[in-house]
Amino acid sequence: MKLPPVEYEAPATVADAVGLLAEHGDEASVLAGGQSLIPLLALRLARPEVLIDINGIDELSGVSAEDGWVTIGAMTREYVAEESGTVAEAVPLLAAALPLIGHEAIRSRGTIGGSLAHADPAAELPAVARALDAEFVVRGPSGTRVIPAAQWFEGFLTTSRSPDELLLEVRFPAANGDTGVSFEEVARRHGDFAMVGLATSLMFSDGTISEARLAFAGVSEVPARVTAAEDLLTGERPSAELFDEAARRGCEDLDPPADLHGSSDYRKKVAAAVMRRGLRAAADSANHRAARGSD
Amino acid sequence: MADITMRINGAARTGSPEARKTLADFLRDDLNLTGTHVGCEHGVCGACTVIVDGRPVRSCLMLAVQAAGSEVTTIEGLATNGGLGPLQQAMWDSHSFQCGFCTPGFVMQATAFLSDHPDADEQQIREALSGNICRCTGYQSIIDGVLLAVERNRELS
Repeated sequence: MKLPPVEYEAPATVADAVGLLAEHGDEASVLAGGQSLIPLLALRLARPEVLIDINGIDELSGVSAEDGWVTIGAMTREYVAEESGTVAEAVPLLAAALPLIGHEAIRSRGTIGGSLAHADPAAELPAVARALDAEFVVRGPSGTRVIPAAQWFEGFLTTSRSPDELLLEVRFPAANGDTGVSFEEVARRHGDFAMVGLATSLMFSDGTISEARLAFAGVSEVPARVTAAEDLLTGERPSAELFDEAARRGCEDLDPPADLHGSSDYRKKVAAAVMRRGLRAAADSANHRAARGSD
Repeated sequence: MADITMRINGAARTGSPEARKTLADFLRDDLNLTGTHVGCEHGVCGACTVIVDGRPVRSCLMLAVQAAGSEVTTIEGLATNGGLGPLQQAMWDSHSFQCGFCTPGFVMQATAFLSDHPDADEQQIREALSGNICRCTGYQSIIDGVLLAVERNRELS
């Protein structure tokens, strides 16, 4: 369907955008890349009175690295992050997930901040942000605050950003050299929303797993950390038996949603398979990164 | 409504679309560039794909006002000297399409992809076109056409 009538504002600065949000509050929707919001408008699932288009705010785009963190402006397009050497080097889990988002034409317009503010629990970026404990920087009338990923995702398509706040940037911790990552997912077709996705980051120290970070996409209302598996893996040497046990333990309490693509039981089985694959792929990628680092 | 100007297929075009009007509808209804097709109108089918500032985009997921100042290429911009462009000719020769509804989207997506990956192999082409839906062909003839364009380009260079 055609979009419904809507007022339109295109501020050029963060200050102007925050002012407009203060004025319109929850009557406004922030338009970033539009790859989720425009369909919601077309399908009448969202009916804002005002669109606040932040595409013209240059200060919201860019990737920078400092003090062990990689900061990505909210309006940074997904293809830009995908092509960023800084992201590939310092946030390899994000680099692994980006090519799986939609299709090339979607990533031309879609933004890092837009996907994370939309907070679809089946999407890739929320799982990455949750796995890595990314930080969200928002600004509203009462100033700037930083929200950790554990508090950012509140529910289905719901974040802790209040309606008068603008997401400015997202900070990801830089991976150290001895880290292996993978983003595994099962979808009916490449580019579709995954039935189950898993962001995995394993940090190694002298051949043992010193830190495990696992977050599922598509199995619950918000991207879900898999603490049972993380605890089991930490301090252990990687092996097929260990990964099998982690997948069993990590998935036994899952209660995934059912839809026409698969029942809850089916998704649970897929989740265990995805976790076994994801752990193996992450361990392999650590070997590759270590080999490259010692060249 | 505000006056906007963008370059489309090399020529400056001006209009005054409502903010809610998508780039796809602006091209078709305001500028009469009806080569761009509108299928699902929510970014799933890929029929409305055009090239904006060198990147493939879904023109149903972009507002016309957001394309102000941009360089836009549509299917009408691919003809060379009034004839088919090299990719179009290769797809013609491969009988890539049947009804033609999805054609402009596939051709624009493939054009954008080949400009960055002139030596693409079959797997890369399948991946690049995976976001476009065709209800007639079963896709094989479309892939064949793009591969033929790659081969011909390789022979030329």
